[in-house]
Amino acid sequence: MIYEKYIKVLYIDMDTKRIRIEQRKDLIEYLGGVGVASKLLEENMKPELSPLDESQPIVFAIGAGSAIFPVITKTVAMFISPLTGELGESYAGGRMALTLFLAGYDAIVIHGKAKKPSYITINRNNVEIKDARAFWGMDSDEIGRVVRDREPGGGKRSIIRIGPAGENMVSYASVCVDTYRHFGRLGLGAVMGSKNLKAISIVGDRSIPIKNFKDYFKVYQEIYNRVTDTEIMSKYHDAGTPINIEPLNAAGGLPTKNLRQNVFEHGDKISGEAFAHKNLVRKMACTGCPVGCIHIGQFRREFDKGHEYESVSVGYDYELLFALGSFIGIKSSDEILQLIEKVEHLGMDAMSTGVVLGWATEAFMKKLVTEEQTLVPLAFGNTANYVKAIEYIAYKRNDFYKALSEGVDKASDIYGGKEFAMAFAKNEMAGYHTGYGMILGSAAGARHSHLCNGGYSVDQSMKEFNKEKLVDAIFAEEKERCMLNSLIICLFARKVYDRKTIIAALNSIGYAITDEELTAIGDRIYKTKLRIKKALGFKLADVKLPKRLFETPSLSGQLDEGISYELIDMYNRKLEEFTAG
Amino acid sequence: MPKVLKSDGMNKCIGCFTCMLTCSGVNHQNHSVSKSAIKVKTSGGLQGKFISVVCIACKDERACAEACPSGALEKRKGGGVVLKPEKCIGCKRCVNACIVGAVNFDEDENKPIICRHCGICARFCPHECLRMEDVADDL
Repeated sequence: MIYEKYIKVLYIDMDTKRIRIEQRKDLIEYLGGVGVASKLLEENMKPELSPLDESQPIVFAIGAGSAIFPVITKTVAMFISPLTGELGESYAGGRMALTLFLAGYDAIVIHGKAKKPSYITINRNNVEIKDARAFWGMDSDEIGRVVRDREPGGGKRSIIRIGPAGENMVSYASVCVDTYRHFGRLGLGAVMGSKNLKAISIVGDRSIPIKNFKDYFKVYQEIYNRVTDTEIMSKYHDAGTPINIEPLNAAGGLPTKNLRQNVFEHGDKISGEAFAHKNLVRKMACTGCPVGCIHIGQFRREFDKGHEYESVSVGYDYELLFALGSFIGIKSSDEILQLIEKVEHLGMDAMSTGVVLGWATEAFMKKLVTEEQTLVPLAFGNTANYVKAIEYIAYKRNDFYKALSEGVDKASDIYGGKEFAMAFAKNEMAGYHTGYGMILGSAAGARHSHLCNGGYSVDQSMKEFNKEKLVDAIFAEEKERCMLNSLIICLFARKVYDRKTIIAALNSIGYAITDEELTAIGDRIYKTKLRIKKALGFKLADVKLPKRLFETPSLSGQLDEGISYELIDMYNRKLEEFTAG
Repeated sequence: MPKVLKSDGMNKCIGCFTCMLTCSGVNHQNHSVSKSAIKVKTSGGLQGKFISVVCIACKDERACAEACPSGALEKRKGGGVVLKPEKCIGCKRCVNACIVGAVNFDEDENKPIICRHCGICARFCPHECLRMEDVADDL
């Protein structure tokens, strides 16, 4: 809690409808965000039970700087992932961090399962578990609308919710936060579904006086000026993250058609520029972020004969254009937006969905599965059939789609095609075939996301390939991001928030913190995550990489399987030293 | 020359709420957006447009000041009013009198939140939605 020497945790039991509040002094050494959430996950998880067992916890936490400084906008969710069976960690922006901060909570732990579909409201003087039976089955757009109409607090409110995929416990179901942001990866939506929890509405309207205004506002202004004056504003605001499509495609690092190719011949039609010219209608920001990287694209859909049209607006980002674009051979921006709308409404992670469809298409082409199973002939570039397939996954239409709803690793266990099932330790790949950094970073990253340690970025910045340097860089970045995510700084602003700035910011709001302590916090958090992974049975040495990574050249050229496993082994030894020390 | 706030660029708003955070911070030394004199809202959920509700700096006749029974709202040069907190009794009549809905009430302080046209929101608006305009002294 800001200006206090404790972390305020709200515990909600869905089963008994009891709530409890604890002031945890012991959690201060984790600072906030992912540190606090990791510790709370470790304390509350039941490693011996299934990820979707009702006694498993969902943990949300805001960081030590949330809503206080510019671009510190994220909330972290931690849980046991139904997709990987181990550490689940996901971040969302929107208004959630501000509302939790102004509702007066640092973290929420939800456990138990409601007897009937329910939603939670968190207001200034109350926490309630309410009837959501009539909301069950609604898509993520509709449920947002009905809760918005039903609950007070407009403008100071955040509404997070799941769609049908979450209700049906698709292993990579997502959670929608304030319409345009998501806890996308690793299946938090399924965990909410397993608790009969459809939505959470949080109203933040408390008064929190600033203690040392002069110091605080001085630091605030410095950060604000750097954010708005530097290139991050222009890059992320201008055409946004999709601007990366063009250079990655040109350099041969854009995973295309289930990574059968590293260059997409229609890349120019789905580039950031193409979207900006054809579809971009609006830009938005998370609360407290002057950058405004959220890009909204619009397309026109004919819903009936006789010139009956509607306009549809959806958010788009680089990863979505890769997963629901190049990876499945979609060659127009309008079609990609149509697929995004589908995963958005059903509430599924766009990246996992796209990668799963890529695998399914190749499996169908190679006759590992028949049309009786796929129900529609899947083919790269066939949007109409992909729209149907996405729906079949969300509703687990038959055994084949049920397998797909559990991710490519599970599906390829059943139907074969492991060598082209593009996942790292069961988490579907991100849109970067950049080299060894991406492979090692995703395999070894605590949650097997490209964002754990930015391996794809190391690939692009390292001048000369050197195994030791690569392993060291990824290890250092993983720990640094643990620390950044304890505040929780949006990673787009990581260059603004250097150590000096972080210390000045924290000092101005009463944390007497040093550079060494920040390092120690990062180490402490990473060790907590590694303990969780160990308890859940993860062994880095057991990770198997799909052969396709070594067949299709990357941005760094042809990659070698042996070197990749060697790097993983080197990293593993580094971890052993780290955890023993 | 007196200045007043103009929020005529709201079509460009990205909804970052920096205006509200800095208004609350500078004028009320508070982290909460609730203390802000300017309110950015969406009409019709996030898919709707962003609008701002803030003092429009009425000239000549100021309904809020007219409604005040204790003389706590004095005419401000160039438009709008200045709150004299020591004279305010917390009756909320100004809140109802403002037909653009720009007067909010601070329940913790038992005082209305009155825009000072100080320009901090415009200074921290990253997208030129808000600006300050020079106006003649009408008093």
